[in-house]
This record gives sequence, C-alpha cells and structure tokens, in this order.
Amino acid sequence: MPGTIETYFDKLERTRVWRSIFRSGKGTSTLHNALAIQQNVFLHLFPTKVRKRMLGLGATWYLGTLTLGTFIVLVVTGILLMLYYHPSVPRAYSDVKDLQFAVSSGLFLRNLHRWSAHAMVFLAFAHMFRVFYRGAYRAPREFNWVVGVFLLLVTLLLSYTGYLLPWDQLAYWAITVGTNISSAVPLIGDKIRFLLLGGHLVNANALLRFYVLHCVILPLTAVVFLAVHFWRIRKDGGLYVRESEPGAASHEQQSSNEEQKTR
Amino acid sequence: MPTMTTTTETHLVREGSELDRREFFTKLGLGSLGVATAGTLAFYYQYLSPNVLFEPSPIVNAGALDRYPLGSVTLDVNSAIYLVHLAEGYFSLSAICTHLGCMTAWKPELNMIACPCHGSRFSEEGQKLAGPAPRPLPWLKTWMSDDGELMVDRSVTIPQFQFLRV
Repeated sequence: MPGTIETYFDKLERTRVWRSIFRSGKGTSTLHNALAIQQNVFLHLFPTKVRKRMLGLGATWYLGTLTLGTFIVLVVTGILLMLYYHPSVPRAYSDVKDLQFAVSSGLFLRNLHRWSAHAMVFLAFAHMFRVFYRGAYRAPREFNWVVGVFLLLVTLLLSYTGYLLPWDQLAYWAITVGTNISSAVPLIGDKIRFLLLGGHLVNANALLRFYVLHCVILPLTAVVFLAVHFWRIRKDGGLYVRESEPGAASHEQQSSNEEQKTR
Repeated sequence: MPTMTTTTETHLVREGSELDRREFFTKLGLGSLGVATAGTLAFYYQYLSPNVLFEPSPIVNAGALDRYPLGSVTLDVNSAIYLVHLAEGYFSLSAICTHLGCMTAWKPELNMIACPCHGSRFSEEGQKLAGPAPRPLPWLKTWMSDDGELMVDRSVTIPQFQFLRV
C-alpha cells in the first residue's frame, strides 16, 4: 500500500498544475533542495543551508521560533475573537462575558489568546537574553538586534492595547494610568494622550482607537518587522556560531573577512 | 584654432547650464516632496484630532447646599469631584489623583483621601500627605447658582483655600 501512495504523489508532482506552482522540480540533489527553499516566497526569507547542529535544541532553545509560534496562535485566535467582539462601550464588556459563557469554545479561545500573549512577552524577553548572553547581537548582526528591539516594543504595545478591550475596571484604570504616563512627555505629552484616546477621557473613541491599533496597525507593523528580522538572519550569515565552537564553519570566517575588507 | 576654442566654450557653457537645470529640478522635486509630506502629516494630525467630543460637560450641578453638612467630605463618583464643607466654607476638589489619574476615595476612618492605585494620600483640603503624587489635589471653581445650588467647573482650578462662604 505505501507503494501506491508513493506513486500517487509521484503522479501528482508530475502534473502541470503542481509543476506550475513548485517550479524547483523533482529531485533530491543539493541544488533541488536549495531551489525548493529559494523559490518559495515564504521560505526564501530563510537560508537555503543551515548547520545541522544549529537545528538542535541546545543551539537556540528555539526561543525565537517559539515567539513566532505564539504570534501565529495570537493572530488566529484573535481573528476568531473578533467575530464576536464589538468595540463599543455598551457591547465590549458583555461580548467578552458572552465569549466566556455563551459562545462554544469561546472560553478556550479567549484563554488561549490571553496566555499566548503572556507567553509571547516572556519568550521575546528570553530570546533577547539568550541572544545577548551568547553575544549574537555583535557585528554583523547589530541591525537585526535593533529590529528585534522594535519588535519587542511592538509586542509590548500589542499587549497594552489589548488590555483595554475587555472594558472592565482593570482595563479602564490601566489605560488611564498608561495614557497619563504618555502625557508626561515634555511639551507634546498632553497632545499625544489626546490623539491616543481620541478625547480627554478613556471613552468610546479610546476603545475604538485601541481596537484598531490592536487588530490592524500593530499586527501589520509586527509582520513587516518580522519579515526583515528573518531575512536578516540569512543576510547576516545564518544563526550565530561562536568561533571557538566545533564546526564554526568557514562561512563565518569568510563573512567576517569580507566585512574587514569593506571597512 | 579659433573655431576649436569656440566649440569648447559653448560646450562648457552648455554643460554648466545642464547641471544647473538638473540641480534645479532635483531641488524642485525634493522640495515638493517635502511640502507633500508636511501636508500629509498635517492632514493626519487634523483627522486624528476629533473636533466634536461627546464628553460630559465640565460644569457640574452638585445640588442643594444642605446635601453637604458641616464637616462632610462627599465624593461624586460620576463627576470625580469632592464637595467639602468645613467651618471656613464650601469648596470642591478634583478626585483625580495628580500622580497618574486614578480616582481617589475618601476614607472617613482615616480622615484622609487615599488613591487605590499607588498609595498617595491627601488631606481633606487636598494637601499631599504621602505617596508618589507630585501635587496636591486641585481646587475647582465653585459657586452658587441663582437657584441656590452648588456649581462646580471642573475645567477651572483656583488657588487653594479659596472657600465659598454662604
């Protein structure tokens, strides 16, 4: 029977439709494998070759990948939660209660969204500590560290804007306190608070603005920075390997040599 | 020979004017881009600043004077103000903590105003007693309406200890 399935896939991969989508062709050569990565719009952000040791748990503890994983969980559960949630003063709180007590699996999705949000903040910090203490932020990877700092800020802003949406006492006073902190900015502080809230009080305008920030503007910003972040891993010579480590391949040496030449 | 010189000269002149033209158009292009960017920013700023707000009026009618007996501190939760009646007269305080904007509460057993968020404490006259609050609670403009009711304008602060004597 496995033979039949194999021949079925074999046939499928030879069809015109399949070959029009995956143009790297059939084969197991290094070139084919490289093309499969390089010719895919999503995968081409990543290196075509990775040191085998770097795929192990010990190399990165998978912290960056796990952060991305929580982000994907948050996008999926967030979109589902949007289908029952109205960002309006009379509806917001009761919609969240409905999600918990009336909607099938609503409690599960809301809790998954909430715990993933906590996990994402934790994992982002853990990822940054790991990168910092390994020294992987150094040249030529400084720019990717800066992109990472922006991603951390976007993550924290996503957490903060999501905080208001349940529209309970905790949310209301947290946003009151938070926006008052922003009004401590010299000269333009009060204006920033006014623009953020769309008024002088945490009210209907503030709820709608935080909703749009949380569901559209900040996630799109995160996706753009994420794309640059992943692409830069490849451009900066793959995952960081210390020169003293076994198998610190010649590639690392080359790129540092090249860099010295260009300086 | 003279003819050659002329050609070189004309060539030079043309080259110079061409560079000027290119510079001119570069500057014109960058300048108009700058103007367009400034215009876009102004457009967004104006669009994001609401012109009409559906917010409660800053002027509050706090009702008849006899609602506030001598020695009482009364919090109106909806308008976030205290109506205080002491021997010196009536006055009203903002109940919004000067630290980060939480609503404070009157604690009769402690005889002080306390903020639940970060522990600031104020006297019944708004003076800071403890905590992170940088300023005392502001005194708000208070007057009596023609109907003998206590009126407060939350948008106007007055110097401390300006009591309303009736």
